[in-house]
Amino acid sequence: MLPELGHFALILALLLALLQAFFGIAGPALARERWTRAVSAALAGQAVMVATAVGCLVHAFINNDFSVLYVAENSNSALPLFYRVSALWGAHEGSLLLWIFLLALWSVAVAIRSAGLPPNFAARVLGVLGLVSFGFLLFTLATSNPFMRLDPPAPDGRDLNPILQDPGLAVHPPILYTGYVGFAVAFAFACAAMLEGRLDQAWARWTRPWTTWAWAFLTCGIALGSFWAYYELGWGGFWFWDPVENASFMPWLVGTALVHSLAVTDKRGLFKSWTLLLAILAFSLSMLGTFLVRSGVLVSVHSFAADPSRGMFILAFLIIMIGGALALYAWRAPLLKSQAGFELGARESFLLFNNVLLVIAAATVLAGTLAPLISDALKLGTLSVGPPYFNPTFMLSMLPLMGLLALGIHANWKRGRLKDKQRTLLVTLLAAAVLGCGVVFGIYSGAHVLTPVGMTLGIWILLASLVDPLDRWRRGLSLSRAVLGMTIAHMGLGVAVLGLTTVQSFTVERDVALAPGQVARVGGYELRFQGVKSVEGPNYDGIGGTFVLTRNGAAVAVMTPQKRQFWVQHQVTSETAITLNHGNNVLLALGDDLGAGRWSVRVQIRPLVSLVWLAALIMAIGGFVASSDRRYQSTKALAVAAGAAVPGKA
Amino acid sequence: MTVRRFLVPLVPLAVFAVLAVVLAIGIRHSPDKGIIVSPLLGKPAPQFALPALLEPARTVRSQDFQGHWYLLNVWGTWCGECRAEHQMLLRVKESHAVPLIGLDWKDDDAQAQAWLTQLGNPYDTVAVDRSGRAAIDWGVYGAPETFLISPAGIVVYKHVGALTEDVWTREILPRVQAGKS
Repeated sequence: MLPELGHFALILALLLALLQAFFGIAGPALARERWTRAVSAALAGQAVMVATAVGCLVHAFINNDFSVLYVAENSNSALPLFYRVSALWGAHEGSLLLWIFLLALWSVAVAIRSAGLPPNFAARVLGVLGLVSFGFLLFTLATSNPFMRLDPPAPDGRDLNPILQDPGLAVHPPILYTGYVGFAVAFAFACAAMLEGRLDQAWARWTRPWTTWAWAFLTCGIALGSFWAYYELGWGGFWFWDPVENASFMPWLVGTALVHSLAVTDKRGLFKSWTLLLAILAFSLSMLGTFLVRSGVLVSVHSFAADPSRGMFILAFLIIMIGGALALYAWRAPLLKSQAGFELGARESFLLFNNVLLVIAAATVLAGTLAPLISDALKLGTLSVGPPYFNPTFMLSMLPLMGLLALGIHANWKRGRLKDKQRTLLVTLLAAAVLGCGVVFGIYSGAHVLTPVGMTLGIWILLASLVDPLDRWRRGLSLSRAVLGMTIAHMGLGVAVLGLTTVQSFTVERDVALAPGQVARVGGYELRFQGVKSVEGPNYDGIGGTFVLTRNGAAVAVMTPQKRQFWVQHQVTSETAITLNHGNNVLLALGDDLGAGRWSVRVQIRPLVSLVWLAALIMAIGGFVASSDRRYQSTKALAVAAGAAVPGKA
Repeated sequence: MTVRRFLVPLVPLAVFAVLAVVLAIGIRHSPDKGIIVSPLLGKPAPQFALPALLEPARTVRSQDFQGHWYLLNVWGTWCGECRAEHQMLLRVKESHAVPLIGLDWKDDDAQAQAWLTQLGNPYDTVAVDRSGRAAIDWGVYGAPETFLISPAGIVVYKHVGALTEDVWTREILPRVQAGKS
């Protein structure tokens, strides 16, 4: 019964989302106040229905209801409870439901926090969000219903894809999707502003905290995904420029540009048209990512459930949503005029460069991701574009951006008076260069030509980010959360540059064959192979190797990488063993049985790779801190931005 | 000036329209990727002499395979589709129907060796084409690509993109079996 209830709830949610869109867009347009007020009710109903559907599916998973096809395909009675819940988003149908659920949550949050906004504007925002919900609900019901029954029921389930049976997966998609979906809010604000013709600075102010929240979640999600790929998939790297990774990275790049461009529009009333476009682009790329992952047009290691028949539907939806928004933009943007000017050395121009470089980076990633498709469409045959393309082109736009960042955070708004800060800048740059080159040549000795450049830039960003906050602290001035968050996020980026530079320059990878008792020397470590023994888990059995890692004879760790054979899907996964030592991330992956007790084992030593994930976390924390700034919190501040009269101030 | 003010905001829409067309074509083509006419079809396979990946001291020569059917699979560890294709290649090896020669294209040797250790080695021999010169001779557009070469050294079939069960059973296996009988 419950699965039918869930299905029915989804149908009701579809209708309510349509009402939400209709009331939200038609109400203000036709000046029907009662319609406008009904938007929140429609949204509340939609959210309750979506939550009911999610609850029904979770219930089916927990109770091993294998009469539901999706449960039978993605769960098993031997699967631990934790993974039975996370299996909800283990494949296509459930992922979509999660997408819809998170969109409903974001919409409810917007509705609650929009008390200070003009009612018509708030209704339009919720109306646009309703349209997005409607599209995804229709897609789910028409092509990917998670409540499909299986008759007769399966005796047991086919189990969750073994590589997804990992704590990392349980949290990675929801956080990533929260970020993805969060850009829908910025998109809705931009569309509402264009529908209303209200293209002043106010909409940028209202949008800022939402965008920063979404950006911070996306940052966390991407980092978790990279971490998961590193230690669970055992691919021996943290970024592969895989289409699915790119799908999450492109909205991140454009979202980063948007966060900065919104700041300019909010503070200075500039870049208005550009900010609107970025708000549309960030969410468009989120949706495009969904399309690329789910339609099967690109082959990816991630596409567990790709289906071409779904592609056309998503494409039609993309054309309506993105095409519609861009048409709205083409219609409204000519009305915009930027009044204020700024000097070349002013903060605005640095933020302009930031935006341009980030968008170029996103465009190169998009070009690389779509290259197989484009060459296919032009009948040039399919091809795969890999790191040989992505790494250099990405560096090309990122290197100047890093340098400009260190300069730009010292620039003043409007006036280009970098001269005042010249001494500080030179001192920090010099210190960074000395430290950076010192580390490169002192500790690691010898490397690629870009290594000292990367080190210097990373340290420079760290030092430069600290100058302003330290200055304020010394003078006893308070530090707003917005500035604090920005400082944290920029320092996170500095850490990321350091981590990436070290990893790219000094990684050691070796594959060795060892018999029990033998020792291999890799990158300053000694690895002694003790032997293998069989292991057994709740739904798998396998083989575990025992290795003793020492450095100059001193014990570091006992490492036990495993190969697991899952009973139901007969898939073999490699459980890597990872240990941290002096900042070096040592990874062992058990390879093949070479006979006579000998085993091949992959050893990778990545110095400071953890810094990359730590950096992402720092950046996300910066985002969370900045978006909790008081100026976004009080309804009074919002009302002032809306130009409304505030009691006590008039 | 005024015209520009109205035209510039149309640019994103126009770019998106082009993108939408590409995506639509992408979907239409996705089920039967890889049927492509190669100028090499029916012509003698290009010669090469390249170091072997697993025994760098040995040289793999195309003449070594003269007189037998063989498949040449162009791959690289940087290629996402190659990873997707790998399981199929392992099944090809298990079938023992035709030897599979790998051409490791513009790749890092250590990574390529690691890849084979990690995922299993479906190849009878892997030749290393570090500079990509051999791939140019073979007219390779991108990885993965797979060529079927007859005992007379003629390229009889070429598949672009990941090898699938369908292509294997319908296109490659019948040709090899017809040639043997």
